[in-house]
Amino acid sequence: MHDLNTYLIIGAVLFTLGLFGVITRRNAIAVLMGVELILNAANINFIAFARFGGMNLSGHIFAMFVIIMAAVEAAVALAIIINLYNNLGTVNIDEADTLKK
Amino acid sequence: MAATLIFWAIVLLTVVSAAWVVLSQNLIYSAVSLLFTFIGIAGLYVFMMADFIAATQVVIYVGGILVLIIFGIMLTHRITHVRISHKSVQRGIGALGAILILMGLVKMIITSPWRVIHSPDPVGTTAGIGKLLMIDYLLPFEVASVLLLAALIGAARLARKGD
Repeated sequence: MHDLNTYLIIGAVLFTLGLFGVITRRNAIAVLMGVELILNAANINFIAFARFGGMNLSGHIFAMFVIIMAAVEAAVALAIIINLYNNLGTVNIDEADTLKK
Repeated sequence: MAATLIFWAIVLLTVVSAAWVVLSQNLIYSAVSLLFTFIGIAGLYVFMMADFIAATQVVIYVGGILVLIIFGIMLTHRITHVRISHKSVQRGIGALGAILILMGLVKMIITSPWRVIHSPDPVGTTAGIGKLLMIDYLLPFEVASVLLLAALIGAARLARKGD
């Protein structure tokens, strides 16, 4: 229906927004949200290339594995963040600098 | 015509809510905007004829990961703080770097000679995905299930209070 470039540029915009979130946020959960945006941008690219590359379903399989990875990553990352909160009383990533002191 | 209008409305929803995720100063607002971003992306998948992935996106991202993130917010902030704020740091440098990367990506996308193969709209992708998963991608599929089990055990072990 639309051309490949439209979807690729949407993916690029989402990737950039996610990257901006990852590098500017202090809260670890907000950083995690930025990572989710980046993963979704990658997924849009996989599906777009699958659609405009002759409806190749391998791209869909890869997108599905990316979604599985995102679920795993979110579960483990939140477990780590909760541990951080229990130990330090904060979830700001720039305050978790005990190793530096 | 109507389809084009709906498409651009979904694109607008996705991009604006994604921007709000990274710009909002309230963590709960960010999480709710993330919900709309995920739904918008599922809509884009529908426009790309990826019906199974769109359903997976709604079930796993909206129903699973987002609930997990909101649980994370609730567990790591004192619940008496109604306005859970979170500041950003170095926004200027971050925005500059992000815009430079975006410009580079857009230039690359526009100037690349992509070889597009036009194919008729499929009637459904679930059967094809099932066949691929059970034949060509059987080993990665099984490894993914082991990974999920490991993550389940690891996350439960990590999040438990006290040793």
